[in-house]
Amino acid sequence: MAELAVHCRGLIKTYDTGDQKVVALRGVNLDIHTGKLMMLVGPSGCGKTTLISVIAGILDQDEGICRVFGEDLLHLKQKDRLRFRAQNIGFVFQAYNLLPTLTAVENASIPLIINGMKRQEATRRAGDMLERVGLGQRLSSLPAQLSGGQQQRVAIARALVHNPRLIVCDEPTSALDHETGHHVMELLKAIALDDRKALVIVTHDARIFEFADGIARMDDGHITKLEDRQIEHHAAKETMDA
Amino acid sequence: MNYIALKMLMGDRGKYLGIVMGLTFASLIMTQQPAIFVGLMMRSYSFITDVGLPDIWVMDPKVQFIDDVKPMQDMELYRVRGIEGVEWAMPLYKGLIKARLANGNFQTCNVIGLDDATLIGGPPQMLEGRLEDLRRSDAVIIDKAGAVEKLGVPGPDGKPIPLKVGDTLELNDRRAIVVGIAKTTRTFQSQPVVYTTYTRAMMYAPRERKLLSFILVKAKPGEDPKAVTERIRRSTDLAAYTQAEFQKLTYDYFMENTGIPINFGISVTLGFIVGAAIAGQTFYSFTMENLRQFGVLKAMGTSNWTLLRMILLQATLVGIIGYGLGVGLTSLFGWAMRNTILAFKFPWELLVFSGVGVTLICIFAALISIRKVIALEPAVVFKG
Ligand SMILES: Nc1ncnc2c1ncn2[C@@H]1O[C@H](COP(=O)(O)OP(=O)(O)O)[C@@H](O)[C@H]1O
Ligand SMILES: [Mg+2]
Repeated sequence: MAELAVHCRGLIKTYDTGDQKVVALRGVNLDIHTGKLMMLVGPSGCGKTTLISVIAGILDQDEGICRVFGEDLLHLKQKDRLRFRAQNIGFVFQAYNLLPTLTAVENASIPLIINGMKRQEATRRAGDMLERVGLGQRLSSLPAQLSGGQQQRVAIARALVHNPRLIVCDEPTSALDHETGHHVMELLKAIALDDRKALVIVTHDARIFEFADGIARMDDGHITKLEDRQIEHHAAKETMDA
Repeated sequence: MNYIALKMLMGDRGKYLGIVMGLTFASLIMTQQPAIFVGLMMRSYSFITDVGLPDIWVMDPKVQFIDDVKPMQDMELYRVRGIEGVEWAMPLYKGLIKARLANGNFQTCNVIGLDDATLIGGPPQMLEGRLEDLRRSDAVIIDKAGAVEKLGVPGPDGKPIPLKVGDTLELNDRRAIVVGIAKTTRTFQSQPVVYTTYTRAMMYAPRERKLLSFILVKAKPGEDPKAVTERIRRSTDLAAYTQAEFQKLTYDYFMENTGIPINFGISVTLGFIVGAAIAGQTFYSFTMENLRQFGVLKAMGTSNWTLLRMILLQATLVGIIGYGLGVGLTSLFGWAMRNTILAFKFPWELLVFSGVGVTLICIFAALISIRKVIALEPAVVFKG
C-alpha cells in the first residue's frame, strides 16, 4: 500500500545574504507517496535544491509544514532529527561526495556506522550493496580509481545501504554522460524503490524524465505543474508484458 | 567513526606529514633547546658539584657566583675552624693563572689549590695517576679536556699532541710537572683546570695580600648544615652557603646577568610559534579541504559532538606522533653529542614541558577547525 512519504504545505524559504534577500520557495505544496519516483524539474535557480534540502531535514523552512513519514522535522529536537535523518534518509549528490581517502566499501558503510553498527558488520553489508550496484569487484578501490559512473554507483550503494525510506538525489546524472546517466537511473529505479520507499530526484536533465512516476515542475519557487506518469507507465508495461 | 576520522587524516599523506612535521619541529625545539639550556646552566655550578664533599662554602660576602673569586685573609680559615659545629674547614684556592706551553704559547688556566694535607676538593675522577701524587714536588693534575684541547701542543702534522703525565709546563714562570689526568665536569669557564696543593698554588699565584678563595666546611655529624652555615655567618663577616645554596646563587647569577635565558627563551618561543603555525595552518587547511565531507557526514546524521570527537582524535594522533618524533630526535641529538663540548641535560620535566606545548598547539589547531565544522550547514552538501 502506498503511504504518504512527504507532505509539504505552504513552504516558504528566504535566503538572507545580508545585502540581499532571495525568496527560494514561495509557498510550495507537494505530496510524495511511497513506491514512487518523483522528479523535481525546472530551470536553474527555481528552488529545487532548496526544496529537497527542506524535505531531507538539512535546511529549515521559514514558514509552512513539511512532514516526512508523519514527522515534522522542523520541530524535532536536534538529536532526534539527526537520528531520523540517519535512519530514514539516503542521499545522492551531483558531485558524488565520496570521502576520497576511504575505499568504496568503507564509503558505502558510513550510514551504517553512523547508525551505530560495528565496522565489520557494516563492511559486510556495504559489500553486499556494492555487489548489487555491480561493483562487487571494486570494494577496495579509492574513489579516484573509479570512473564517474562507478563513483555514483558507490554513492547509490551508500544512499541505500541502511535501507532508508526516503532517498533524495540532487542532479544524480548531471556529471555523467548520457549512457552512464541512463544506467545509473536504471539502477536507482531497480533497487532503490519498493512499496515502502519514496525516491525524490532533482534534475533538469530531460533525458531521464522517462524514469519518473511523477514529475513536479517548478518555477521561481512555485510548483507549477504536477504530472502523474505512473498510469502511462503501467499501460506501457502491460503492453510490453503482453 | 574513529576509524573514518583516522583514515580521513592519514589518507591525505601530504597534509598528514605536514602536520606531523610541524609538531615534530615544535616538540624538537621545545626539548632540545631547553635541554641544552639546562645543561649549560648546570655547568655554571658544576665545579661546586665536583668538589662534592663539603657541606658548606664560606667566602667573601661580595662573591656572586663560583667564578667570582674575592680572596680572604688566611686567618679567616682558623676563625671558621673555631666555630661550633664545624667538623673540619679546609682552604681552597681558585684563580686564573697563565701557563706557558712547551711551544711558547700562553694559555690561561683555572688553577685549584687543595689543602696540602687532605687534598679535599680534588677532581671527581682520576683517569691517570693518583690524587696523592700531588704531594710530589711541582706536581699538578690537569683535566682531560684541557690536556687534549687547550694545553696540547701542535705536532709536526699540525694536530695537537695532548699533554700527558710526565710533561711539564710553566705557571707564572714556575715549573709544573703533570702527575695525573682527571675527568672533571665541564664548566662555563672553558679554561683547562689545573689542580695542585694550596701551598704550591700560593707560589704560582701572583703576589697578593689575600689569596684564600674559599673555605670548605664539613658540619659535625648530627649538626644541621643550615644551622652551622647560619652560625658561621653570624660569627664572621663572611658569607656562608650550603652546597645547594651556593649552586643556586651561581645559577641565579647566570640567569639574571647573562643573555642565556633570553636567547633560549626566544628559541623555544619561536619553535613553539613556528610549530603551531605550521601544524595549526596545515590542520586547518586539512579540515577546510574536508569541510564538504564533514558536511556529508552531518547531513547523514552525524552529530556535532561526534565530529568534534573525530577532529580531536585526529589532533591527538598527530600530536602523539609529532611529540614522540620530536622527543626521539632530541634524545638522539643528545646521544650523538654525548662526548662533545655541547651541554645537554634532558630531565623528565622537559618531557612534561614540551608535552604541554604540543598539546596546546593541537588544541589550538583543533579548535580553529572545530569552529568551522560546528558552524557548517549540512545543506552545503547539495551545493555544486
Ligand atoms: N545558501 C544560499 N544563500 C543565498 N541564496 C541561495 C542559497 N542557496 C540558494 N540560493 C538562491 O536561492 C534560489 C534557489 O536556489 P536552488 O534551490 O539552489 O535552485 P536550483 O536547485 O533549482 O537551481 C537561487 O536564486 C539561489 O541563488
Ligand atoms: Mg540545484
